[in-house]
Amino acid sequence: MASKFHGVDFYDVDGLLSEEERAIRDTVREWVDEHLMPVIGEAYVAGKFPKQLIPGMAELGLFGANLPEEYGCAGLNNVAYGLIMQELERGDSGVRSFASVQGALVMYPIYTFGSEEQKKEWLPQMASGKVIGCFGLTEPDYGSNPAGMITVAKETKDGWVLNGAKMWITNGSTAQAAIIWAKAGKIDDPDSIRGFIVPTDTKGFSAKDQKGKLSLRASDTSELVLQDVHVPKDAVLPKSGGLKSPLLCLTAARYGIAWGAVGAAMACYDEAVSYSKQRVMFGKPIGGFQLQQARLADMLTEITKAQLLCVQLGRLKDEGKSTPQQVSLAKRNNVNMATDIARETRRLLGANGILAEYQAMRHLANLESVYTYEGTHDVHTLILGQEITGLSAFN
Amino acid sequence: MKIACCIKRVPDSETRVKIAADGKSLDEAGVKFVMNPYDEFAVEEALRRKEKAGTGEVVVICLGPAAGQETIRTALAMGADRGVLLQTEKTPADSFETARLIAAELKSGTWDLILFGRMAIDDYNHQVGVIVAELLGLPCVSAVSHLDIEGLKGIAEREIEGGIEVVEFPLPAVLTVDKGLNEPRYPALKGIMAAKKKPLEVKAVRPGAGTIEIAALTPPPERKEGKIVGEGAGAVAELVRLLREEAKVL
Repeated sequence: MASKFHGVDFYDVDGLLSEEERAIRDTVREWVDEHLMPVIGEAYVAGKFPKQLIPGMAELGLFGANLPEEYGCAGLNNVAYGLIMQELERGDSGVRSFASVQGALVMYPIYTFGSEEQKKEWLPQMASGKVIGCFGLTEPDYGSNPAGMITVAKETKDGWVLNGAKMWITNGSTAQAAIIWAKAGKIDDPDSIRGFIVPTDTKGFSAKDQKGKLSLRASDTSELVLQDVHVPKDAVLPKSGGLKSPLLCLTAARYGIAWGAVGAAMACYDEAVSYSKQRVMFGKPIGGFQLQQARLADMLTEITKAQLLCVQLGRLKDEGKSTPQQVSLAKRNNVNMATDIARETRRLLGANGILAEYQAMRHLANLESVYTYEGTHDVHTLILGQEITGLSAFN
Repeated sequence: MKIACCIKRVPDSETRVKIAADGKSLDEAGVKFVMNPYDEFAVEEALRRKEKAGTGEVVVICLGPAAGQETIRTALAMGADRGVLLQTEKTPADSFETARLIAAELKSGTWDLILFGRMAIDDYNHQVGVIVAELLGLPCVSAVSHLDIEGLKGIAEREIEGGIEVVEFPLPAVLTVDKGLNEPRYPALKGIMAAKKKPLEVKAVRPGAGTIEIAALTPPPERKEGKIVGEGAGAVAELVRLLREEAKVL
């Protein structure tokens, strides 16, 4: 279990990366080997996010790593950022989710829609892990259709009053600050959606752990309730406006998920290969049987395709040329392939595959959430359908 | 404090190495190379000493192939200030040749401390650091596992058979360091990006032939299959008998 992870690279994808990108990937990989892998199985079974990892992640510079150095971030390009997500999710989707939310769903909107004062106040504290954030968009009755949200923000003399409820909020109970999306205008007007920075100790704000999860167990998922939450005028993200603002955040997070899924898939493939060589049945290692070889060949093929997809998407993003639809394609493909690989690994491992001692079933259960969050697989199908035909299947 | 750290690029200890067709070198294809793990302790110690002093410079020196630049950049990413690669096509088999070239480079500067890893994990020679000290006429303490420095005096601890040896020495000095001295840091991602902008000088060097030649490399014999004697306390007597009579280790 304590052995080093060497990744999967059948097509010399490493050759497409710069020395710095590889060094960043290797550093995070080593950190995951030494700090995350020894604790993740137990944290998962206990249903607890391994909070003790936060300072180490911050020290490495994993939070908001693709945001500029002037705000205390690492200032990396998007490929390096993606590689970080890949390596974190090689450990566990829940831990990658933690970093995704902190970086892409909390720091990114503050960086993109916030005032200079907000950026200076929040970003360095978030990069250093002193303030953890969460992102409140989804509501109990509005998941794939966030435009319908019913959380409202009423402007008063000296600020705003927020009322509503948010559901499935990663980091919700851990966070000191929440980015809350609410309608500041008419309830049927998605253009009036604005983002607010709400300290979670504000009166009327409460977070409750969502119990009974069989997936992402090493991640904090909460329900947020906002009951007459008063925030000052400068709590609003001044440049946020309309549903497109939170959707931009989701595109940023989905980009990291596309990479993360490759990490989970590689972890499973690695486990499948080593198990298939060691496990002897009918007098020879099971890797010598055609059925298992077919499994492994399919896994390697899909991982290789997904890796190339990620690198090219990252390069496009760095050139400012990537589209949300391209991100949808990568998220949809990669999470789906990772879920398939986790399932096939689970099966290849036989009865051992159901144990927490191995990784496959944990990844499989996690990936079922990843499949559903940040735009479900189905929604991304329809986004691509609309892109191809020009016809929207939503309305 | 001005500190030189001499590091080596070695195969990752987790890599499965293959012996090349010539029977006396490694087949480097597909082998991952890393900074010699003992040298990481040296770099970490140098950085801590500099941080504690508040001023100074940590210079990393590596003798090896062009790819040694990558190894130097790892140290720069950890926080070292600049690097020097003494570039050669082949790392000499004779530690004296390596030491001679490194000592020549060190002579061009002045140092409070010169640090080496206790040994390189590829050749297990334990030699370069101590030979360099001799060539430079400096005091040397090898296999240091704890270090205190006060002014121009150092106190080093070495783990020896059955105890700890405490050695006092004057600065400047050459130390080879052991594990246990510190916990090497991860290079922060910002450090990795900053490393690219730090000075890294490449100097071509030509090692002499030396007096040592590697005649052959052979892999260790394959381990024989184990034997399960039985389970529980009942099996202990038989286990002890086998250890004594068959394995002859008791």
